[in-house]
Amino acid sequence: MEPLIEIKDVKKLYVMGLEELYALKGVSLDINNNEYVAIMGPSGSGKSTLMNIIGCLDTPSSGEYKLNGKNVNEMEDDELAEIRNKEIGFVFQTFNLLPRINALSNVELPLIYSGKKKDERIELAESALINVGLEDRMNHKPNELSGGQRQRVAIARALVNNPSLILADEPTGNLDTKTGEEIMILFEDLWSKGNTIIIVTHEEEIAQNAHRIIKIRDGLIADDYLSEKGKLIAEKTKQQTISV
Amino acid sequence: MKFFSEIKENIAISYQAINSNKLRSLLATLGIVIGITAVTLMQTAIEGINLAFEKSIAAVGADVLYVQKFEWFGTEDWSFYKNRKELTMEQYDFLNKNSQTSTVMAPSTGVTRTVKFKDLSLQNVFVLGTTFEYQEVSGFNMIEGRYFTQRESDGGYPVCVIGTDISDAFFENTDPIGKTIKVGNYNFRIIGVIEKQGSLLGLFSLDNRIIIPLERFFNVFGDKRGLTFNIKAADINNVDETKEEVRWIMRKARKVPYGSADDFGLNAQEAFKSTYESLTGLIKVIGTMITGLSLIVGSIGIANIMFVSVKERTKEVGIRKALGARRSTILSQFLIESSMICLMGGFIGLLIAFPISLIIDAFVLPTAMPLWIVVLALFISLMFGLLAGFFPAYTAAKMDPVDSLRYE
Repeated sequence: MEPLIEIKDVKKLYVMGLEELYALKGVSLDINNNEYVAIMGPSGSGKSTLMNIIGCLDTPSSGEYKLNGKNVNEMEDDELAEIRNKEIGFVFQTFNLLPRINALSNVELPLIYSGKKKDERIELAESALINVGLEDRMNHKPNELSGGQRQRVAIARALVNNPSLILADEPTGNLDTKTGEEIMILFEDLWSKGNTIIIVTHEEEIAQNAHRIIKIRDGLIADDYLSEKGKLIAEKTKQQTISV
Repeated sequence: MKFFSEIKENIAISYQAINSNKLRSLLATLGIVIGITAVTLMQTAIEGINLAFEKSIAAVGADVLYVQKFEWFGTEDWSFYKNRKELTMEQYDFLNKNSQTSTVMAPSTGVTRTVKFKDLSLQNVFVLGTTFEYQEVSGFNMIEGRYFTQRESDGGYPVCVIGTDISDAFFENTDPIGKTIKVGNYNFRIIGVIEKQGSLLGLFSLDNRIIIPLERFFNVFGDKRGLTFNIKAADINNVDETKEEVRWIMRKARKVPYGSADDFGLNAQEAFKSTYESLTGLIKVIGTMITGLSLIVGSIGIANIMFVSVKERTKEVGIRKALGARRSTILSQFLIESSMICLMGGFIGLLIAFPISLIIDAFVLPTAMPLWIVVLALFISLMFGLLAGFFPAYTAAKMDPVDSLRYE
């Protein structure tokens, strides 16, 4: 089976005045469908750049990036916008909900940009909100919701267009430990329903929720291994394969 | 399909944005409000003056030509025209015989005299001598009595028809028909009163007139006065054809050598119009420009506020882009927002201008606000909205999603 994400020797060069800086120095990486991956690294390691490229918010200076079989590295702005709309669901550290509109309208946004009709949008947005346990908060504006609820709205928004990939950037960074744990349980749940999840974090504890951990340092992949959870799951899958 | 639904969504988004910034949007559009008020009032005033003008020259008749020694609004010295030969009855007969493209014509001449009835008198009354055809050329109606007949006309009977000013002055409570008035030193019997015609350009009253048969006029006031030939064109849409025909017949009648200029004036209502337009055209252009300037100032205000709005909402743009908004979507979102602000301004401007135009109409000068002015005003506001919004919207559209998401 073809991997969902195929990254080959991706480099990202920033030119600041006379200085040239490689944020990524040649990263190669495959991520399969229904993987649950954490990308870790200290600030300045290039993990944000990698996330932006995976999220199609940015394009590599060189190298190749295929998402779902589509070559993303040579796409124009509008094509990238369409990929972001259809293939990727973003979850941000600061939630990034639009403050003036209610939860339902926020979840509706990606559907507007994919040209869905009003009735269908409402139906999909409502079921996405029900999925994250916010059926009684649909008409609340973001400032009437708690941090955890806001992040759930954001997750509902990420899910609503049924993307190939959920990309979460420090999803618990602005939440207290308990709420953060709840959000991580939600991610685990999403994974078990077949979603592919990439979490970018610098917290080891959060990363341990994922099944595979990729560590970035100085623009290169420093480490790529299975977490404790990942090992257990791999073990289980193996046994199942054997017993079959 | 997607294009329209996107516009629909963007209208909803813009409505929300404007609604949550009511005061700011209102202040931003104040310039447009003032601009549209000014432009609309300017246009309604121009329109009103135009209508008033049209009305005031209606008596001249759109399909009537006037052959005269002088030209209306001539550009040469007065002496140039003064030295021309007078028009004669022989020339009139020649023209009348040869013209194919006119329905009816009448020669006329005039003097001013004092008119008396018993011990009442009116000074400077215009006495017009003409023939029985004149009523048909001029197209006026009688409110009392009748116009003179061909027999009275040809025979030079001492009869007259009078304008309403004279009728009002002499016969306030009595019937003027059959009464005898003294024009200069000569008696005339009144046989009819012409309906009120108003004045020409508000200057020359057409109701302060007495019309008598031309033959009689020649007998009592002399026949050396220059004539005017009043000609009604056969086709109101083809007055120019009649004009050309009359010109060539008149040149022949007056033996104007080939290649030299006409030695007579060929006048028509159009001369009033072109003079009016050349006089007022510049005023209209300057007026429109000055009021238009306020619209430009207004749209600069909109552009300014849109730049602020875009800057403020950098993060929103980033979020929308991350969720799949294209450049064109963002562009149209902000364009629609600025257009809606301007349209709102235009609408308020119209709401202000309308009662003001009514007040001006009642007390100062006639105004008119036809639908096209309303539509034009709204269209102009929309255009200025698009114009003012373009650069801010373009700035938003080409924002980098990574940078704008990071913007706090």
